[in-house]
Amino acid sequence: MNDLPINFEEIFDTLTLQGGFNTNAVILGTTLLGIAAGVIGSFALLRKRSLTADALSHATLPGIAGAFLISTSLGYSGRSMPLLMLGAAITGILGVACIHLILHHSRLKEDAAIGIVLSVFFGIGIVLLSLVQTSSSGGGAGLNHYIYGQAAAMTRSDAVLMGIIGIVASLAALIMLKEFMVVCFNETFARSTGLPVWLIDSIMLGLVVLITVSGLQAVGLILIVAMIIIPPAAARFWTDRLWKLVLISAIIGGLSGYAGASISALFPRKPAGAVIVLVAGSIFGLSMLLAPTRGILADTIRRLRLKLLIARDHVLESLYEIELQIDNASQPKASIIFIKLMTMRGWIMKTNNTLALTDSGRTQGKRIHRNHQLWEQYLVSYADIAPTHVDWSVDQVEHVLTDELIAELEEALSQRGITIDNGDPA
Amino acid sequence: MSTTIRFPILDRLLFASPGPPGEVPNEVRRRGSSSACPSPSHINTISKTPSVCCADTSPGGPGEASLSTRTPPPAVYSPRSTLDARPEHSADSPVSIHAMTVAYARKPVLWDVDYDAPSNALIAIVGPNGAGKSTMIKACLGLIPRAAGTVEFWGQSYKQARSRIGYVPQRESVDWDFPVSALDVVCMGRYRKIGWCRPVTKFHKLAAMEALERVGMADFAKRQISQLSGGQQQRVFLARALTQEADLYFMDEPFAGVDAATERAIIDVLRELRTNGKTVIVVHHDLQTVPEYFDHVLLLNMRIVASGPVGEVFTADNLQKTYGGRLTLLAEAAEAVARAAKGN
Repeated sequence: MNDLPINFEEIFDTLTLQGGFNTNAVILGTTLLGIAAGVIGSFALLRKRSLTADALSHATLPGIAGAFLISTSLGYSGRSMPLLMLGAAITGILGVACIHLILHHSRLKEDAAIGIVLSVFFGIGIVLLSLVQTSSSGGGAGLNHYIYGQAAAMTRSDAVLMGIIGIVASLAALIMLKEFMVVCFNETFARSTGLPVWLIDSIMLGLVVLITVSGLQAVGLILIVAMIIIPPAAARFWTDRLWKLVLISAIIGGLSGYAGASISALFPRKPAGAVIVLVAGSIFGLSMLLAPTRGILADTIRRLRLKLLIARDHVLESLYEIELQIDNASQPKASIIFIKLMTMRGWIMKTNNTLALTDSGRTQGKRIHRNHQLWEQYLVSYADIAPTHVDWSVDQVEHVLTDELIAELEEALSQRGITIDNGDPA
Repeated sequence: MSTTIRFPILDRLLFASPGPPGEVPNEVRRRGSSSACPSPSHINTISKTPSVCCADTSPGGPGEASLSTRTPPPAVYSPRSTLDARPEHSADSPVSIHAMTVAYARKPVLWDVDYDAPSNALIAIVGPNGAGKSTMIKACLGLIPRAAGTVEFWGQSYKQARSRIGYVPQRESVDWDFPVSALDVVCMGRYRKIGWCRPVTKFHKLAAMEALERVGMADFAKRQISQLSGGQQQRVFLARALTQEADLYFMDEPFAGVDAATERAIIDVLRELRTNGKTVIVVHHDLQTVPEYFDHVLLLNMRIVASGPVGEVFTADNLQKTYGGRLTLLAEAAEAVARAAKGN
């Protein structure tokens, strides 16, 4: 922890892009890469190819080590970024090709094929990496950075290259939005209209490759897939429209990249990849919890509300049935708090230790009682269910009947000569 | 043993030593429709001209050497000259299928299909589960490879005729949780006209809205598709096909699991299409509504049992042949082909 002595000013300067040109280039480059990963990841997610991206990123390791070995043996510098990226792209694509080969020539399913390719290619990469480290003294040590990523170690030109690739890849994906959309949604239809699905898939894969190899240095090959999967997965909680999904995903990806690179600049020994994943992961967690309709919280509230509604209906219904003097009608069972709440809302009142309906409560009770009867009659006369068996299903349905459904029920029943009166007390 | 009479080729397949994978379909292709079922119910509105078939007299090329050790045909095998062979394709027909065999993982699911669809008609493809109904449509559209045979549209290849063909896939074939609106889906039908990398313009959106109106879904244009009922989703698919402005439509089970309103909307659209001179081929599962909804019917069970106007072909006898009397030999032969290809 000897890189801790850092003051607030330095943090502020870094975050506001005043931390020197090199730092700025790295932060900006990683942010742009994050945006691109968010955009392209959206399509990878919708095409259900996220795990293929994972296999691809692991399969880049032998390419990196291989490119280093070949270029040093030819007398060039093994640290040239474009060369390493080329090697990474070649074995990455080779890995994806192997997945398709396994799928095509065996009865294995995609998960197994991906697992095999991912581990085998990564294993080959580790072997090659150990070769690099034993053969060349010190020169290959930096290659370890490609596994976990170290944004701070990037040169300015590497960062600029990364940023440019990010911009180009995002633009390419946006231009092809329409084609990507139809292939992701309905491949057979796309093919029937004459779209070359394989070409569009290849372009999509090519963009994933671009993002992966250009992010290797900053994020590392193990965690780069997180930049492709997590932002769109988090964005999916917030929207039901594709262009919004892409936009939100880009923002989340950009934010993660920005945070990761900044923190890496402040604490040079902290791998940026891990920080990026933590930021993206937190956003995902918050989205899953708090998103308006798809989030857990919203879902829980919705369920609770329905539960309360049903409990309220039951209280009103049984009190109404007592007023009607129906057999085996009994005082409703509900918690004291709930009864208190209902009293406060003015639906029921307490007289002589028994509960009774107020006027507004009676209107409600009458409606619920009638809905119950309508549905019960429908089940008995149309679905041939014995009257003694309908109670549970009626209890589930009577609270959710809409006005239209009630009208339909009335019509269906009147066709069989059954009418349910408005339920006024005798 | 009426099956052996109608499908002599199958006996050969069973007894012939199988070649490398893919050889068997070659055999089927060479023999073409001439040897396929001249079943008495093979009624077709397109006139048939007799032609000589030379498949048996001229042995195939070197690739088929392994098949030359055929057992002789059964004694009851009808002489070739009496076979009622058809011309290869009819250029008038919106879709003309010739000797089409389709296999999944080398297991044949459709044998020697010959069919000329009449133009300006509503045509139902009917048959039991696993009869190859969807397969037939997909093979026509080139969505799954044909092991043998050819398909032409107005005498042209699919590639040439593509702009005149619309397609409604099975509703279950897509993930309805996809983040698009109903209008977005319908606009997909215009993508071909719009062209690559170009945005959907207002003109195309209007065309999509019009199609949604025709299926009674205009009010749901902005809805996310997972919030639509099954029937509404089906109507969105239909609207998408309508925006393709085709002359020939293939629809895969459009009536499956839909509500009454949707069924009415679909049948109205189908009739409107017929009035406008279009041809619609529909995979249909509800036998009761066939006479009411369709002009022509194609009874399918791994092969064409019968095809023609509903009044002539949709008979109890033919239905019995389609649904009751599954040709066990046909299914067994398919298994044999698959086993031979897999090598066990």
